[in-house]
Amino acid sequence: MSRPLWKESAAAISARVRAGEITAVEAMDAGWDGPASLWEHDVHAVVHTDREARHAAAEAAPARGLLAGVPVLVKDNLCTVDYPTTCCSRILAGYHAPYDATVVRRLREAGAVIVGKGNMDEFAMGSSTEFSCYGPTRNPWDLSRVPGGSSGGPAAAVAYGLVPVALGSDTGGSVRQPAAFCGVYGLKPTYGRLSRYGLVAFGSSLDQVGIFARHAGDVATTFAALAGWDEYDATSRPAPAPDVSNWDAGVTGLRFGWPANLWANGVDGAIVDALERSANALERAGGTRVPMEFLPGEYAVAAYYLVATAEASSNLARFDGVRYGLRSSDATDVRSLYVRSRSEGFGPEVRRRILLGTYALSSGYYDAYYLQAQRARTRIRREYARAFESCDFLLLPAAPTLPFRVGEKVDDPLAMYLSDVFTIGANLAGTPGLSVPVGVTPEGLPTAVQLLGPQDGEGALLRAARAIEVNGDVARLPREHEVEASWPGKR
Amino acid sequence: MRIDRDEVRRIAELARLEIADDDAAAVAGQLSGVLDFVATLQQLDLDGCEPSTFAPADAPPREDVPGVRGLDPFAATAAAPESDEGYFVVPPVVENVNP
Repeated sequence: MSRPLWKESAAAISARVRAGEITAVEAMDAGWDGPASLWEHDVHAVVHTDREARHAAAEAAPARGLLAGVPVLVKDNLCTVDYPTTCCSRILAGYHAPYDATVVRRLREAGAVIVGKGNMDEFAMGSSTEFSCYGPTRNPWDLSRVPGGSSGGPAAAVAYGLVPVALGSDTGGSVRQPAAFCGVYGLKPTYGRLSRYGLVAFGSSLDQVGIFARHAGDVATTFAALAGWDEYDATSRPAPAPDVSNWDAGVTGLRFGWPANLWANGVDGAIVDALERSANALERAGGTRVPMEFLPGEYAVAAYYLVATAEASSNLARFDGVRYGLRSSDATDVRSLYVRSRSEGFGPEVRRRILLGTYALSSGYYDAYYLQAQRARTRIRREYARAFESCDFLLLPAAPTLPFRVGEKVDDPLAMYLSDVFTIGANLAGTPGLSVPVGVTPEGLPTAVQLLGPQDGEGALLRAARAIEVNGDVARLPREHEVEASWPGKR
Repeated sequence: MRIDRDEVRRIAELARLEIADDDAAAVAGQLSGVLDFVATLQQLDLDGCEPSTFAPADAPPREDVPGVRGLDPFAATAAAPESDEGYFVVPPVVENVNP
């Protein structure tokens, strides 16, 4: 029997759809009838979909384009006209956006089929996908563990084989950390490179749409399909997007920074081992290791939780029971309408962050907190710029731990925040980052490393990811043997 | 920096949120913990670091030109909990003052 369609790369699927060998409907049904029929119930990666809408989208998709017939799951904070957009929050229950996000429109123009909306932490605030009003997503490698977050649904769906590509958003690591926990690739591009138009705002100066895939080449192809200036996003980068078509060109002559002081303490041994193996793979492929010191990530976390929450407190002011979603039924005047609707609609972590951001911006505290965080942001940007004077990209962990247990950090905000210690700096600096899966532990959990580059440095990150992919032991599909045992699946 | 329950209530008022009395102490503890952590920024040498907002210097945000794309009032109010002929409906804002 030939390789089942749901295991194929986006590149292989689109080539076969363009050649007329398979249809977009067949490509999409392969994921739903195969792995999803067995695993979606337990993993819970998808929050909005239905068979009719999926099939309508697949039948309408053009059989041409970079992503012809490729099924794609998008995070529930990206606006879509054919599915609800709720940010997995009660306050947006039932909301249907009147337009597609620019990245969604570009996916469709490239031939992709949007199959539904992925689960997430409410308003993208979290690192475990436990703060969803629809209930948590679980890690397909181990159902007792979290998939990471906040884009845990899209990451898990790519990992278990529902779709070859998914979109998330990354404000402080929300693509890269779940990619690491789920054993897939996760790219946060340069700030402004993918349009934010139609991405529900959390921290506008940090938010960036990101890409999940099981192959480095599929990340490159999706990036090429989505990148580019958008007049509807005021912060869109006008300069042409970097060419990533040479993602398979190898790393000969590239220098990678090796800031080992960052993982001297508090990083899981399996991740340190993955770093060594990745560095060896890069060196075998012709790359050069450049040892260096780097500013500890805790400072970035501290600055981030002031900047991001301040922006969130402002952005989320629009959810007031007037324009969309939930309206409290026991409001008596406008003021109580705001207070009741927001208090009934927002979950605990969103409330915490709004309170923290409101505090940081409030009279008497602005200079001590918000302004100081903005100055720290300048320092962190300089730190990155300095590092990239002596290397083409940095190699470091994506997260300090392997996937943690469901419930382990849900009542300890600071512990949860620190799971983003290696990812947050790139959001403050506006620079790109890519999580790369590097094998699995003897216990069967995925390990990963992260590559960080300078602005518009996506090309080198993808070349390095490919070099590690070729020279490493990447295990991509946690459930393939179980799904194959029951193939062709059950409806 | 310690935040107490009264401070939580003051912030909640500014943010238009209700915090139940039973929750205020827990929220105060969690916020205090985060603020203690962010105080580590004081150890960072910020000499010569002006505040930066978001746009990288090489890509300033475009001018905020109105009318790039608009929604007609009926589409814009379609998802509102209550609307009437393209307007959002809210409870009375101005109190009825007898003459």
